[in-house]
Amino acid sequence: MSGQEIGLALSVFFACAVEAVEALTIVLAVGVTRSWRSALTGVGAATLVLAVIVAALGPALTQLPIDVLRVVVGGLLLVFGLQWLRKAVLRYAGLKALHDEDKAFAEETDAARSAARAGSGFDGYSFTIAFKGVLLEGLEVAFIVLTFGASQHNIGLAAVAAAVAIAVVVLAGVLVRAPLARVPENTLKFFVGVMLTSFGIFWGAEGAGASWPGGDAALLVLIPGVALASLAMVRWLRRAPAHRAVGEPA
Amino acid sequence: MSWIVRAAHAIWEFVVGDDPVTAFGVVVALGATALIAAAGAPAWWVMPLAALGLLGLSLRRAAR
Repeated sequence: MSGQEIGLALSVFFACAVEAVEALTIVLAVGVTRSWRSALTGVGAATLVLAVIVAALGPALTQLPIDVLRVVVGGLLLVFGLQWLRKAVLRYAGLKALHDEDKAFAEETDAARSAARAGSGFDGYSFTIAFKGVLLEGLEVAFIVLTFGASQHNIGLAAVAAAVAIAVVVLAGVLVRAPLARVPENTLKFFVGVMLTSFGIFWGAEGAGASWPGGDAALLVLIPGVALASLAMVRWLRRAPAHRAVGEPA
Repeated sequence: MSWIVRAAHAIWEFVVGDDPVTAFGVVVALGATALIAAAGAPAWWVMPLAALGLLGLSLRRAAR
């Protein structure tokens, strides 16, 4: 397995794990308080929609010329990666509240209990909330799977990494039967942000016609470089006079 | 609102999010890289500098 393939697998695995933790919290909340059958039907329907999106867009993306693909994918990964990194840095600096799965679970269960119940049959509320939660969190993962996979003509590896991450999170959820509050979510988001940003820089520049000194080995400098610069920004924000603790997690 | 406008809005929100300045900066940086590379000069340094600069500016805006 090449360095780029390892980077692909790790990035997809951790991005998918983070999103799966958030989706699991939503599904657990409606499953426990209302209807497991309806919630799991919602999960199945959302998974099916995501599979159709990946199956439809994946082959189409791999047909594009590699330079066009890399400049588009590099640009998108960079925009996406900078968003993840920005939120993670703000959380590390204390300028944005850390995501709290226990709190999210409590809010979801309160909303589920107070929502009207139609009867003892199929529960539309549980289905809709589970479907929306899994679809929205899954779209981000599908985007990362498609862009990373297509850029290396290896959507299969990206899909396997995503499937393993989901399996690990679901298994952990079944074992603890509670929201996975102890997952170091911000650390994972920081890591994924660094990887998306680094690969975005690399592929974007290559697609635009630049040649990297050392070829693929440039990633070995880019990834730690982006990580160190981001950590330096955390220190800078902590020392900034405008420093204040704010906000709810996004 | 038609479904096309809603879909376009959803895609914009999904990709660009709450920071269109950063997204615009990435597009400009890719264009600058392409121009410099086409002129035959080394262009690999543009994207790393642009990415870190855009992240710093975005953080400064968020911290205000």
